[in-house]
Amino acid sequence: MAVAEAAPELLSPAEIDRAFRDPFSPSKRTKATSWIVLLAVLTAFPLVFTNPAVTSIGVFTMFFLLAVVGWNIFSGYSGYISIGHAVYYGFGQYTVALLIMHLGITSGVSELAIVPLAGLAGAAVAVPVGLLVLRVRRHTFIVLTIAVMFIFQLLAFNFPSITGGSTGLNVTPPPWSGNDYNLPFYYIALGTAAIGLLTSWAVRRSKFGLGLLAIRDDEDRAKGLGIKVTRAKLIALVLSAFFVGIAGGLYAIFIGQVFPQFAFTPFYDLYLAVFAFVGGLGTLSGPVFGALLLGPLQQYFELQFGATTLYLIIYGVLFVVILLALPRGIVPSLADRYRTFLASRWRRAEERRGVEGSGVTAGSMIASAPGAAPAERGGS
Amino acid sequence: MLVFEGVFAGYGGSDVLRGVDLVVEKGSLTCVVGPNGAGKSTLMKLVSGLLHPRVGKLEFQGNSIARAAPRQILKQGIVQVMQARNLFPELTVRENVELGAFLISDDALVKRRYAEVCEMFPIVGERAKDRAGALSGGQQRMVEFARALMLDPLLVSLDEPSMGLEPRAAKIIYDSIVKMHENGRTVLLVEQNVRAGLERATRGIVMEAGRVRLEGTGAEVLANPQMRALYLGGTIEEGAVSSSAAARSGSATYQN
Repeated sequence: MAVAEAAPELLSPAEIDRAFRDPFSPSKRTKATSWIVLLAVLTAFPLVFTNPAVTSIGVFTMFFLLAVVGWNIFSGYSGYISIGHAVYYGFGQYTVALLIMHLGITSGVSELAIVPLAGLAGAAVAVPVGLLVLRVRRHTFIVLTIAVMFIFQLLAFNFPSITGGSTGLNVTPPPWSGNDYNLPFYYIALGTAAIGLLTSWAVRRSKFGLGLLAIRDDEDRAKGLGIKVTRAKLIALVLSAFFVGIAGGLYAIFIGQVFPQFAFTPFYDLYLAVFAFVGGLGTLSGPVFGALLLGPLQQYFELQFGATTLYLIIYGVLFVVILLALPRGIVPSLADRYRTFLASRWRRAEERRGVEGSGVTAGSMIASAPGAAPAERGGS
Repeated sequence: MLVFEGVFAGYGGSDVLRGVDLVVEKGSLTCVVGPNGAGKSTLMKLVSGLLHPRVGKLEFQGNSIARAAPRQILKQGIVQVMQARNLFPELTVRENVELGAFLISDDALVKRRYAEVCEMFPIVGERAKDRAGALSGGQQRMVEFARALMLDPLLVSLDEPSMGLEPRAAKIIYDSIVKMHENGRTVLLVEQNVRAGLERATRGIVMEAGRVRLEGTGAEVLANPQMRALYLGGTIEEGAVSSSAAARSGSATYQN
């Protein structure tokens, strides 16, 4: 209510506009520039830090980046938190491993060339899985996604003739060495993540995306407005599964082995959910920040403390701290604080200036906020 | 335009509406009033397709909508603004309004409609980029009205639009209802605030215990002495009332 108590100086229409719209709204150009700078930094990274230990952390981070951007297209926009995206991740892994094995592919380039099929496999399996799990909402949905994920893990264990069971499958690694080995994976994952981000952006801007956001807010209302909710959710899930499937395919070739418990693993979705939550669920840039901040941290923890799973506790604590301090995630919370800061600074500047203008004052605008003016003006 | 004939409807076996006959004429502002439990909200659920009549005829422009799903009813041109808050609080005002036109695939048309509703409800343009949840109750109502008009509906049904609003905000809401009506839309209004609703209505309908008890022009119904009896307790007695109602208030008729 600090505004209402402010001295009633007169504001021009443009200034009222500024006061009641978003005081911090980066221009399209600023946004585009930031993305290009980020892309340039990520592109240059493995060329600057050539140590294979560092670039392999980079590769895993890019895999996470790709997957979390995909995950966000479904869970972030629709609000359906999936802890079962490892289904598509694992499906991508097995698809690539089986194809390489049965087609006898040996060259690294051809191995990477079949990775898009991992994405398609993930997307394809998302249709029946989606039709099943999307029948329920909220907590039930979360539990059901986990259950379905474990069913796939059990299937992978129990069909050794296809999956190799608990002995897993071996993928002949591409015959590259040293740092050269990491680079193709790094750039393919980065490039696919960029495509994923463009997809995410296009979804967010589209009517389809608006429908998803409406579903996130209130699904029944969305239905009442004529949105075909099941179809919208399923399309988002399929898009999302495509990118996660590609992450799985790349991972299988990079690591050279596929095991049921690492392909269909609950940890994978915990990472994705934490990255997205920390960065800012359902925003375009949030998952990117989340993956770039926490991806390397996850790798560091795993390398340092990987012998035990104690690092998961540290991770959990970090998650809780961020949820408490910045409940909406880093990007939305910081953006809000910055807006508040700019707005208060602007207000103080206005108080000092005391501008004369159209006769509308900050105080009167606030006082009439419940809409006294609009209805009268509407008649003209 | 909208016709109920012998409609029985309710929840889980027991009927709330027990033989409703009523007609919403094209171009009218029809206001339905009645004490709690009269079946007003149930009536509105039938109009939006959230509930279907157990027996009886429900027609809109000659087509039966008794079994139509909400989406089909929207497509036929009936838009409802429901009781209580109905916006998507996390979405912006603009996004909320645009969602009203989700069924329209022509983007240019959506843009044109948006410009039209901004003119009618300036609050939409002024707060376009704000979260809808940040608006006051009255402002949210205006945005809901704007959203309802995005489909250019033939019939707008409003379920207690003034509920929970302070008198000044409620008046603005009533004014915009009148404006919608003057702009040529048929409005079906359900109101708790009997005087405010009937004063503005071209047609007044009083429901009680699941049936239509009185109808006439808004002013006639308001002037009918039976209204007082109804709202100060008691019911409208069958038979005895019909003659006195007709005698005292001109053409206000009592339906048996």
